[in-house]
Amino acid sequence: MKNFKEKAMHIVFLLTACVSIAAVILICVFLFANGIPAIGKIGVFNFLLGTKWHPENNVYGIFPMILGSIYVTAGALIIGVPIGLLTSIFMARFCPKRIYKPIKAGIDLMAGIPSVVYGFFGLVVIVPFVRDHFGGRGFSVLTASILLGLMILPTIISVAESSIRAVPESYYEGALALGASHERSVFFTVVPAAKSGILAGIVLGIGRAIGETMAVMMVAGNQAVIPKSLTDGVRTLTTNIVMEMGYSADLHREALIATAVVLFVFILIINLTFSVLKRRSDKA
Amino acid sequence: MKPSVKQKLLAYRHDPKSFLLLLAVILAAVITISAIVFIILYILIKGIPHLSSSLFAWEYTSENVSLLPALINTLFMTALSLIIAVPIGIISAIYLVEYAKRGNKLVGIVRITTETLSGIPSIVYGLFGSLFFVKACGFDLSLLSGALTLSIMILPLIMRTTEEALIAVPDSYREGSFGLGAGKLRTVFRIVLPTAVPGILSGVILSIGRIVGESAALVFTAGTVAEVAKSLFSSTRTLAVHMYAISGEGLYIGQTYATAVVLLLLVIVINALSGLIAKKIGGEKKNG
Repeated sequence: MKNFKEKAMHIVFLLTACVSIAAVILICVFLFANGIPAIGKIGVFNFLLGTKWHPENNVYGIFPMILGSIYVTAGALIIGVPIGLLTSIFMARFCPKRIYKPIKAGIDLMAGIPSVVYGFFGLVVIVPFVRDHFGGRGFSVLTASILLGLMILPTIISVAESSIRAVPESYYEGALALGASHERSVFFTVVPAAKSGILAGIVLGIGRAIGETMAVMMVAGNQAVIPKSLTDGVRTLTTNIVMEMGYSADLHREALIATAVVLFVFILIINLTFSVLKRRSDKA
Repeated sequence: MKPSVKQKLLAYRHDPKSFLLLLAVILAAVITISAIVFIILYILIKGIPHLSSSLFAWEYTSENVSLLPALINTLFMTALSLIIAVPIGIISAIYLVEYAKRGNKLVGIVRITTETLSGIPSIVYGLFGSLFFVKACGFDLSLLSGALTLSIMILPLIMRTTEEALIAVPDSYREGSFGLGAGKLRTVFRIVLPTAVPGILSGVILSIGRIVGESAALVFTAGTVAEVAKSLFSSTRTLAVHMYAISGEGLYIGQTYATAVVLLLLVIVINALSGLIAKKIGGEKKNG
């Protein structure tokens, strides 16, 4: 009897562990089944490379949104990576013990701030700032990039910091013993040794930036055209979905789901890159 | 003896490159810290004067823009999502750590799927939820659809933290329990799981943080009705969705600031709690 109970529970546990597998399969099936037919109807090239998005005329080209996502993500990286990486080096190797804890708590808090709050902050602070100093309406590629750059900071900092800390102390000591200064030892031996971990952090940041929705929508302007300058408005894949999902129907609705499919494929590629990098850094 | 600040600075005279690197690192840290402080203080200073009793009225009207119904809904949403996700997450982790044999293929697959789940953007969850729970299951825009969507979203987080907590339980505990004649089930539930509680709790608290801050996944699954949910099947808005909704209307800047303050305070409390628990785990490790 006892044996039976153990066996039964074993099977229950096994089935429960499969819930996450079922969830991924369900998500894939429902997205692809609802999105792929639309891509077929519109035409793969017209959909992916079409530069015009006019749902009212049944013209669905998401190229501006793909470019938009890439632009704001690249912008976020240009702002977030140098600051994040240098801050992580500070946290791992330069920070005085006394102020480490409060700064760490602050960075954790930064990771926990909801994206609507970031979006609102962007709306009331960064949008007017960009409008006054760079021109345009303020709702722009630049604004979204600055905001996303801030939002990915905690991700990059915490992943990069822990990978820098994981580098064996002997690397640092060896460099010091050869006469290098503290800074040179850290920058030219420890940080290169943590390369794959740092890259994994950056890739995770890319994932966060490309998937961010609400904050971007509140500051990016959301025009479905390819931006010509940094101060032009931009619409990303994510915001395209949120903006129009509420009132869409038929092919329009399916085209939005297809947008999510494209986004999903992007994310899968990013995830794959991340796990490859992470495995490499775990091995090292 | 430690060199004085002056001596240190003098040493940099012969090594300007090191000095530049030091400056760069400090500059970046200052930028990060001031960004955090600026965001938090800005929201608090602008928002606290707008906190008023009418914001906490029982009923939402377009005049008082009360956030209380949304706050209550957030509690419902959090509780319901946790009730669904926590048992599944913990049991999955127990299977992975305690039951699955080394090199089991299923474990690899589960790892890949949880990694995938944790990378999916919330808007994709929202879309999936609206296709599956809202339409296919027929739950409509409701508390239940929202909570089910969120519970898939937080599942990987709970699984990972529980796994880590279970792995951290020393094997001698299990051996001791087996040695006294306890079966596997009893060992897992009476010995291993209680020891892992603080670690699991920190995962749960992180999940609460995600639920409280989530908006994109909820707009198309739980909807935006600004009333306290009457049942599992009524449409509701949580605080984050509420903030998004009123900020879009452009009429309620003051109220939006105030809502941001409440959200921010919630997040600060949640972070402080998880910090406390992390400290407790760290302290136990030192003693043990």
